[in-house]
Amino acid sequence: MGASRRRLVPYFLLGPGLIWLLIFFAVPMYYMGELALRSGSFQEGFTFTWEFSNFPDALSDSSTQFLRSFLYAGVATVLALVIAYPLAYAIAFKAGRWRNLLLFLVIAPFFTTYLIRTLAWQTILSDESPAVDFLSFAGFVPDGGRVLDTPGSVIAGLTYNFLPFMILPIYASLERLDRSLIEAATDLYASARTAFLKVTLPLSAPGVVAGTLLTFIPASGDYVNALFLGSRNQAMIGNVIQNNYLVTNNYPDAAALSFVLMLAILALVLIYIRFAGSEALMGDEERST
Amino acid sequence: MIAAAATAPRARSLPGRAWSWLRRHGVAIYAGAALAYMLIPIAVIAAFSFNDPEGRYNFTWEGFTLDHWENAFGVEELNEALLTSLELAAIATLVATALGTLLAMALVRYEFFGRRAANFLIVIPLATPEVVIGAGLLSLFINYDAALGFSTLFIAHVMFCISFVVIVVRSRLIGFDRSLEEAAADLGATPVTTFRTVTLPLLAPGLLAAALLAFALSIDDFVISNFNSGSTVTFPLYIFGASQRGIPVEVNVIATILFIVTLAAMLLVLWQQRRAEQLASVRPDDV
Repeated sequence: MGASRRRLVPYFLLGPGLIWLLIFFAVPMYYMGELALRSGSFQEGFTFTWEFSNFPDALSDSSTQFLRSFLYAGVATVLALVIAYPLAYAIAFKAGRWRNLLLFLVIAPFFTTYLIRTLAWQTILSDESPAVDFLSFAGFVPDGGRVLDTPGSVIAGLTYNFLPFMILPIYASLERLDRSLIEAATDLYASARTAFLKVTLPLSAPGVVAGTLLTFIPASGDYVNALFLGSRNQAMIGNVIQNNYLVTNNYPDAAALSFVLMLAILALVLIYIRFAGSEALMGDEERST
Repeated sequence: MIAAAATAPRARSLPGRAWSWLRRHGVAIYAGAALAYMLIPIAVIAAFSFNDPEGRYNFTWEGFTLDHWENAFGVEELNEALLTSLELAAIATLVATALGTLLAMALVRYEFFGRRAANFLIVIPLATPEVVIGAGLLSLFINYDAALGFSTLFIAHVMFCISFVVIVVRSRLIGFDRSLEEAAADLGATPVTTFRTVTLPLLAPGLLAAALLAFALSIDDFVISNFNSGSTVTFPLYIFGASQRGIPVEVNVIATILFIVTLAAMLLVLWQQRRAEQLASVRPDDV
């Protein structure tokens, strides 16, 4: 094989996959932007007219849902972190030979369909279910109060559904951590608590960053939880986009909202990475180059 | 230790002892509770597959029955949706695994211009909400007046599986022992023979893991499919449609069966991977 042909090999390998991603991921983003600038109606057809007013119009109509999405996703991300960190810590440091089994249980929810898992929560939290009876007995829910169709139930569903995305990266960073550093800290008379705060926690930060991004991004765009576990008053931006595209066929507004959602998340991710280090999104891509 | 405890039996009060016990086992208890939270819905799904609801809604426990297990494949629409999903997942997995593996090979084994851009294009779909991916694809299809259906679903599923395949195969390739391939080449094997007889078998567990992940993602996808399905109905889309008029109990039965099958498949992959590691660790100097 000639030297020049050898240099082309990686491009032959990349070709089919990258072309697929280019045509069916990157190019659609262009058409989404273009669709957002059209005017007209579904019956008469939409024509491209640089209709920039679609953006402020769509945004002002659904600013509540936008803010609500980020609020719910934010709360769910924090809750997931609080639940996931000790669990990941226990699996990495305390589980011993049970480690693989526990990891297996962590990804077990993925073996059932997302919709069915969410519907299971609908069953669990439905009025007069044992769980809701217990919650009202314990005083968390007023007598005769509902859990379904409240912000709480939607946030609980989001937290539940994206929890493995938080646990796995945190576990990976704890597992990779050089244990002799913790030993060194305790040898130097650091208490268990100081060793955790000064060694373990900072070294697991990349996992926390990756986990929070992997939870927040899908949660902010989700509409299944709000649909099944909430009412109209808990609608998120995903519900509005879905409804505009598929029910009312108001394509330009829907495209404008998707476009803004994409940009908002991209901006958040970039700000977050600036503060937390760039390793997060690329994972270990950077290191291998 | 025991003697010391015996000489000072009342050194610490009951709350004090309880506190120290809690401090020692607190993390484990918390982890146990978190795991229970993750597994409860699965238990509920399985339990309600034995329910005997009176109305159309399978929400409250009415009584135990095996009827729906016996009738598991008796709901025609559900069967059709399931078959569509299996067919779609099979061909999308095949294509996505092939394309993703080639991408991973290029990224791990070659230095080339445009590597960062390629990396970016592979990772960015993972950081994009599904609604945006679905909406983007629909915008493309609307623009070209493409008929929505099985083929648009296929395009979408391959698209969102590729990045996951790359990540799984890449991690296997990084730990790959190149000296075995070099040995094959030194012994006169052509690149194609080396790939077929050395690289592929050693990579097989990684490919299997990637393919299973792609299959699971495809069969589970609702959001992106909902945008691009037209009148084609996949398993999740059937559940979505049925959720408004009452979901048949058979859905719980099939979900439980799928859960068990996936579990078995995952165990198979883990077993295969361990075997491959054992095979790869047999080196001439060990014999």
